[in-house]
Amino acid sequence: MSSIKPKEIAHLDRRDFSWYLDRSVQVLMFVGGISAVIFIIGIFVFISKEGFSFVFGRFDVVEFFTSLNWRPTSETRETFGAFALIVGTASITGMAMLIAIPFSLGAAIYIGEFATGKTRESLKVLVELLAAIPSVVWGFIGLTIMNGLIIQLFNVPVGLNVLNAGVILGLMAAPIMTTIAEDALKAVPDKYREAAEAMGATKWQVIVKVVLPAAKNGLVSAVLLGIGRAFGETMAVLMASGHSINIPGSVFDSVRALTATIAAELGETAVGSDHYGALFTLGIFLFLITFIINLTADIMVRGIRRK
Amino acid sequence: MRTKNYFLIIPVLALLSFGCGRPEEGSTRAVIQNKGSDTLVNVAQAWAEAYQTVNPNVAVAVTGGGSGTGIAALMNGTVDIANSSREMKESEKVDLVAAGHAPKQHIVGYDALAIFLHPSNPINEISLQQLKAIYGDGGTIEKWSQLGVTVPGCDSDEIVRVSRQNNSGTYAYFREAVLEESDFKLGSRDMHGSKDVVDLVMHTACAIGYSGLAYASDEVKMPCVVSEADSPCVAPTIDSALDGSYPIARPLFMYTAGEPEGAVAEYLNWILSNDGQCIILGMGYSPATTPTCSAPAM
Repeated sequence: MSSIKPKEIAHLDRRDFSWYLDRSVQVLMFVGGISAVIFIIGIFVFISKEGFSFVFGRFDVVEFFTSLNWRPTSETRETFGAFALIVGTASITGMAMLIAIPFSLGAAIYIGEFATGKTRESLKVLVELLAAIPSVVWGFIGLTIMNGLIIQLFNVPVGLNVLNAGVILGLMAAPIMTTIAEDALKAVPDKYREAAEAMGATKWQVIVKVVLPAAKNGLVSAVLLGIGRAFGETMAVLMASGHSINIPGSVFDSVRALTATIAAELGETAVGSDHYGALFTLGIFLFLITFIINLTADIMVRGIRRK
Repeated sequence: MRTKNYFLIIPVLALLSFGCGRPEEGSTRAVIQNKGSDTLVNVAQAWAEAYQTVNPNVAVAVTGGGSGTGIAALMNGTVDIANSSREMKESEKVDLVAAGHAPKQHIVGYDALAIFLHPSNPINEISLQQLKAIYGDGGTIEKWSQLGVTVPGCDSDEIVRVSRQNNSGTYAYFREAVLEESDFKLGSRDMHGSKDVVDLVMHTACAIGYSGLAYASDEVKMPCVVSEADSPCVAPTIDSALDGSYPIARPLFMYTAGEPEGAVAEYLNWILSNDGQCIILGMGYSPATTPTCSAPAM
């Protein structure tokens, strides 16, 4: 068995330009993919590091989760009760979903099942365009237009409240929910629809009895991602919610959200103080909730793929 | 695997380049970094612009962010002058001394803290005691009828308290001067800026708010303020803040780390000069001195 001559080895080596291009793009993709994981871990480590001095020091679990008294700069006694902030965030998110779910599911069903050709394409573009409006613009609409509108329509003392922030957030979350819900509907194989139609089902029956149940997981994950979007939104909520520590009795009461509290206060807080640590603790809490919501959504999307 | 190394370098370089955006200090041109109070930011900007003609070799970079931000930046050594609409806290002084920058305080002007009401509100005068009962923790005034008025357009009769976020200098001064260091009642609408306070009060019949006089607009009403039971009611004006008759007027500060030197000292001297003080007067604040301004400034 004679060994291969060097000339033949050179012939076998196919490391030409396209090989390098191929490799380099491969590496670039890998870096891009892994960087998201590194950033997420980095962010979590950073938030935890800043918050832990508070969590292991001044933190009082009972006060944090049950007290209304968020008074981090008090001259007499500093208190860090986040209960009102948690309720505020939850109520705004709930209101936003009441508005966003019917809107986005309706839009997704229309785009996915009824609209064809140009209507369909232009609608998709418009929905995605809606997602591109900066949140401070939404907040400004809430602060100026919606405030006056709500005062006039409902004859309430102030228009910066759960309703205002909920409507704004609902409109902000609707585009992403519509896009994902529409993808979920599209993932339902056409043979299901054809089979149902062959059995004499009307369009309405096909959608309600066949398509929606088949796309259930995808639709739920669309809703969960919408909740995550509404939950984490900051600027628009800060401007439209009234930013008032309050347990809402109706949708016309002002509330304050976790994210808005961090945004409003962090900039002027002395680094390393209890107040600073408490704001980062709110951050840890938000991060964990968002993580759980997104994880649930992800597991559900995997649910549809497996079918 | 040489290629791997090359292509790792590109994203790393791209990331590093984000960190290089800070302008370098020119060799001949001195740059004074000036940061802090949002109340003072417009005046500080006007001073910085006018100083360009006085001394073209010095550039003043002004940023807002709030009194606390400015003081924190002074502590970290990233600014030369911190603007503040409240006096520095003892704890902040201690921290600054510990960081090796004993703070030096300069009063550059005065600002009347105006109380804002919706134009349809019939109230023309309000006392500090009433304000404390409205805003203070444990205060009993919740309805406009308790002040003896019915506000047209405010059917619920509820007083909508508009306040500021809890680390603003304006908030701290109001707590000190009106609430006598006790806490605010929970449930106020805490706006993120003086302008937002005026905007909200302007559009809300039930509202009451407070902010620096310079942010007042024609579309809000400013009642005069009574400090003691039998003392006269004083309207918030530039003059009443300066002569001390308006009960809730506060000094506006600039802080330096230690005694100012060189360009910073010259700049502060110019601010307190006739020209500098006419500028703050023109912006709607009271000057620290009594300047003689030729034309009504601006």
